[in-house]
Amino acid sequence: MAGETFHTLIARNRRNSFILIGGFMLFFVAMGLLIGMVWGGGHAAFSITVAAIAGIVAFVLTLASYFGGSSALLGMSRAKEIVKGDDPQLFNVVEEICLAGGMPVPRIYLIDDTAMNAFATGRNPQNASVAITVGLRAKLSRDELQGVMAHELSHVRNYDILYAMLMAVMVGVLVMLCDIFLRSVLWGGAGRRRSRSSNEKGNPLQLVLIVVALVLAIIAPILARIIQMSLSRQREYLADAGSVELTRNPEGLISALNKLGGDTEVLEVANRATAGLYFVHPIKKFEKRASSIFSTHPPIEGRVERLRQLTV
Amino acid sequence: MVGIWILIAVVLMVVLLLIAVYNGLVQKRVRCQSAWSQIDVQLKRRYDLIPNLVETVKGYAAHESETLEAVIQARNTAIDAKGIAEQAGAENMLTGALGKLFALSESYPDLKANENFSQLQEELTTTENKIAFARQHYNDSAAVYNTARMKFPNNMVANMFGFTDQEYFELEDAAQKEAPKVSF
Repeated sequence: MAGETFHTLIARNRRNSFILIGGFMLFFVAMGLLIGMVWGGGHAAFSITVAAIAGIVAFVLTLASYFGGSSALLGMSRAKEIVKGDDPQLFNVVEEICLAGGMPVPRIYLIDDTAMNAFATGRNPQNASVAITVGLRAKLSRDELQGVMAHELSHVRNYDILYAMLMAVMVGVLVMLCDIFLRSVLWGGAGRRRSRSSNEKGNPLQLVLIVVALVLAIIAPILARIIQMSLSRQREYLADAGSVELTRNPEGLISALNKLGGDTEVLEVANRATAGLYFVHPIKKFEKRASSIFSTHPPIEGRVERLRQLTV
Repeated sequence: MVGIWILIAVVLMVVLLLIAVYNGLVQKRVRCQSAWSQIDVQLKRRYDLIPNLVETVKGYAAHESETLEAVIQARNTAIDAKGIAEQAGAENMLTGALGKLFALSESYPDLKANENFSQLQEELTTTENKIAFARQHYNDSAAVYNTARMKFPNNMVANMFGFTDQEYFELEDAAQKEAPKVSF
């Protein structure tokens, strides 16, 4: 890993997150097929229908959140849009990064909170917004600000908002599907009745299938969250590498991360739903055990370590 | 009869491939050109800022005329420069002269406290950065285009329709490469 360039780092992160998303999609479809199989008593057409419905629901919900999510997020975080006259340097820094990436300048928002954090949202570079807390804005030097803003704009450039929403919706639908399935079995629902009528003798294979489906339905939501968080951490590393690609200066980002590492203040406007979007985890006690498989962000030390190994 | 259809299908596929490759190359070349024009926009902005800066500094440090002259001279040389190599040289001279001017401002507390001056300083800092980033983006775009141009079968299409290599914007040595990204 030593002596890596940001090109190889970006390629590797991108590949890892595609493996995660692809793996999760397979898992999602397999779970749908399995549950459908138990419900339908082994009818292939029925199980495919269940998987397809789950897939379509996830797709439609993703699109809805994709187009409406941005303004909701900014509103939830109580972010206020600012103009160039309010903070020329911040605008200049963002404009610089946009030139480096050949992308349009996003809208810029300020969050009135002394905690140090920033986030980006928007479905594509043409409809992007970046937000930064007053606390972070005040404490960063120009170079550090550049690194942080480049990290946020990398999220936009990499379509991370789309990935995060896709994953959130798929996890949600999967959890719901497993929940419905577990209830249906517990209350002696469709599964058992149908299997009895279609197969009077009680096929042992069918029984095994039910047991496997039950066990999977219990652990699937947990597994889904682990994959979701793993993808989130992967995208953070990718945005760090992307930041260096834009600024060609890892030092700014490293020193910003170190500054943030010392900050223990909780960002009040953040919650579990929006935590994944921020520059560092907004609830700092999470950051301490961020190596945990349920964290949205990698530990700051890990991010600094990877940046230090970059040769620009 | 079947043979003719196969032939038509093959020809059609080749034509479609040709169109796709051609359009891909055009798109990448246009991206280079727009990246290049961004550099000019920023250079122009810097030329416009300099007279203003020189006037402000004059009010506080009139006897530093040598440094001020050097800045104005470098600006005029840069405006008149032709070709990438000559321009790169002139721009580096200008960056150096500006650096000296801002270093000099350290010994004039009144000048440093002047709001107009600190605004100009921020504007020039960002313009310097924007020039550097615009060049970086141009080079990145040129690398993408040049790589695409050399790959098979793109290289055949490129040679057929005269897609030439895009020249990189190069600075003589690594130290100069770093120089534009200064915070005054």
